[in-house]
Amino acid sequence: MTRPDPAALRRLAVELRQVILRTIAKAGSGHPGGSLSMVELLVGLYWYILRHDPKRPDWPERDVFLLSKGHGCPTLYTVLAFQGYFPREELTTLRQYPTRLQGHPEKGSPPGVEMASGSLGQGLSMANGIALADRLDGRRRRIFCLLGDGEIQEGQIWEAAMTAHHHALESVCAIVDANQLQQNGPVKHIQDIEPLADKWRAFGWEAKEIDGHDIVQVMDAYDWAAAVRGRPQVVVARTVKGKGVSFMELNPAWHGVAPKPDELEKALKELEVAAHDIAPR
Amino acid sequence: MPDKATRDGFGEGLLELGKTNPNVVALSGDLEDSARAIWFKKEFPDRFFSVGIAEQDMVGTAAGLAMAGKIPFACSFSQFVTGKALEQMRMAVCYQKLNVKIVGSHGGLSVGADGATAEALEEFAHLRSLPHMTVIAPCDALEAKKATLAAAVYPGPVYLRLGRAPVPPLTKPDDPFEIGKANLLREGTDVTLIACGVMVAQALQAAELLTKDEISACVLNLHTIKPLDKGAILKAARQTGAIVTAEEHTVLGGLGSAVAEVVVQEHPVPMRLVGVMDRFGTSGDPAVLLKAFHLMPEDIAKAARDVIRLK
Repeated sequence: MTRPDPAALRRLAVELRQVILRTIAKAGSGHPGGSLSMVELLVGLYWYILRHDPKRPDWPERDVFLLSKGHGCPTLYTVLAFQGYFPREELTTLRQYPTRLQGHPEKGSPPGVEMASGSLGQGLSMANGIALADRLDGRRRRIFCLLGDGEIQEGQIWEAAMTAHHHALESVCAIVDANQLQQNGPVKHIQDIEPLADKWRAFGWEAKEIDGHDIVQVMDAYDWAAAVRGRPQVVVARTVKGKGVSFMELNPAWHGVAPKPDELEKALKELEVAAHDIAPR
Repeated sequence: MPDKATRDGFGEGLLELGKTNPNVVALSGDLEDSARAIWFKKEFPDRFFSVGIAEQDMVGTAAGLAMAGKIPFACSFSQFVTGKALEQMRMAVCYQKLNVKIVGSHGGLSVGADGATAEALEEFAHLRSLPHMTVIAPCDALEAKKATLAAAVYPGPVYLRLGRAPVPPLTKPDDPFEIGKANLLREGTDVTLIACGVMVAQALQAAELLTKDEISACVLNLHTIKPLDKGAILKAARQTGAIVTAEEHTVLGGLGSAVAEVVVQEHPVPMRLVGVMDRFGTSGDPAVLLKAFHLMPEDIAKAARDVIRLK
């Protein structure tokens, strides 16, 4: 598979972050921290590994991306809009009645949203179900499921981890956005989930740890996962909650609060500077 | 015809679906023997998925199978699947309007000896409050088989409530079965007895008892608790002017509540609700428990005599 230029993807990630923050600020509520931490993970999916067609969101042979950490949907919506699944202008309707852009995702709304989420812990089970159906039907495609690090405190995740192993679901790839924080503080203080990769390995998965903000490592990890046979794979992406905005980074206060106009302006300026630091076009 | 449990009727229906509909698949959390999905499992091992004792993951996995076009029947004890996986049914199944069929065996007191923790008495209330959900409690094995076949071609989420204990056959092969359409089992003019599941047999016996008091009781088999057959309920209310409901379930939020919601708003008539009175089940022989919990024909007949006095 031909790889896009990493510098172009890095610039894209900055632009996406700007639009994500504008979108949340316009909505007046939302989850900026966990939206910013997952940007490169979705860029690697939608601009590199996923076989998909924005003109045919119901294409039966498409790869499937399931966002299990539903509060990160501003990033999913922004990515889908940039990909052409729906008009970018619609992003300004986030969370406002009547809108297709729900505060947490609704299946098929807008097109490209594969699954409802918002009640944490459920996505991996659905990924497994799709993979089992695909196996019965002889359909060869990949199912990616993005989980939060706080989210995997939910017991259903580990039920699903056992199911994927038991049924040797090699088409399932979980991605953990290990952004270190959850609503009330550091994950390790709320309920420690480490050692993360070893936990998944103990459940029978192939695991790889990466820097989830390094787009080359992200693409490498997706290639690695695609080559694994006979086992489900997990990419443990070490990330920073609120990535890209200094005052949001690793600050639990930015879990579920929208930036005010002055905060938005400051954040956008910081991102602008970051964009300039990326190698020239 | 010998007595037969509704779970057996389901097992036969699922097996038949295995032969006729290649999209039907089944899942179970180590209760496929109890829920009779094991007959399907033996015949169609590739289309049966064991998920371990993990009801939440089972329902989520079923949702995924439905997302990819399958018609999954997820089977467990009523209590465990509807209790533990209620949130999964809400978001993954109902909110997404998926074609998932949840099968709960061992519903109600007739579980018997296993006691309160296995006796589902609240799930009608839980499930009928979920948008898009369909709730069915068949009265005998044949109706359970028909309900299973009907569920497979009925779009969207369906819950089937089955029992462990054998029950007498009440329906015949050519009796109609349509989801959402109540079956009139006995005509009457003084009171209507509306029941589902094992209580249909009790209601028919109650109607017989009432003839001794020269009371003519109409009996309605309301096998589908949601969507409710409002037409049949209102017709009964108008024609008999009094209603007794009977269910092997708490009176809080179940069949009786569903009927009352229609009656009080559209044609108020006196009502009595026969069911479990806000308490847990207990261990014992199913027949003994039905007596101890006042779910006998005599209890329904007494409620009928009481309600007629209020007309």
